Amino acid sequence: MAVRIQEADFDVGAEMAALSAGRSDVGGVASFVGLVRDIAGGTAVTAMTLEHYPGMTEGELERVEAEACARWPLQASLIVHRVGALKPGDNIVLVITASRHRQAAFSAAEFLMDYLKSSAPFWKKEIDAEGRAGWVEARASDERAAERWQLPARADD
Amino acid sequence: MKLLYFAWVRSKIGMAAETVSPPESVRDVAGLLDWLRARGAGYADALANPAVVRVAVNQRFARPADPVAPGDEIGIFPPVTGG
Repeated sequence: MAVRIQEADFDVGAEMAALSAGRSDVGGVASFVGLVRDIAGGTAVTAMTLEHYPGMTEGELERVEAEACARWPLQASLIVHRVGALKPGDNIVLVITASRHRQAAFSAAEFLMDYLKSSAPFWKKEIDAEGRAGWVEARASDERAAERWQLPARADD
Repeated sequence: MKLLYFAWVRSKIGMAAETVSPPESVRDVAGLLDWLRARGAGYADALANPAVVRVAVNQRFARPADPVAPGDEIGIFPPVTGG
């Protein structure tokens, strides 16, 4: 289980290989890579800046990762999120999950992304062709995506 | 009490961090936001709409009624947009 925040790009193939290197108990590895799109709300995006809350970001991602491990039998997982200056086509985020069986790996990767989007303190600022900068607004659909994973409240809560 | 501001909350308030000593009557997140709004136009503007203001107390998401105390680190920011 690992979490990394970095300005540098990541190598998806190398990260996936590293997660299962030297072990033969992993049955499947699932990954998701988020990229910078070149258009947002009908406006061309030429650059993006990502900022975060150092300390809290790592804490939230580690909590989300621990929650995924509690729900699914994962053998390994990795979350890498970039910060700083990015441009369309660049990698933003990488989630990798490894498990004995595919279903846990797929589900946990989706859960990690949904929770990351709604709870990890990152903020995107987009810059358009005229040089105008604007903070990206949160989407209600991302909140709903995270909510669908919530368990029904227990009677003793 | 250390306050940290992020994204457009930081832009509107005009700084990334400050240390403040609110009066003892400020005991929870909602009270802190009320006290900050009265500190100037930038604060009032940044914190005008509670629906788009998120608060973390000691790096954990907090609700309006959650307590704040001297020595706490309070992060104030818009809804997150990572991933």
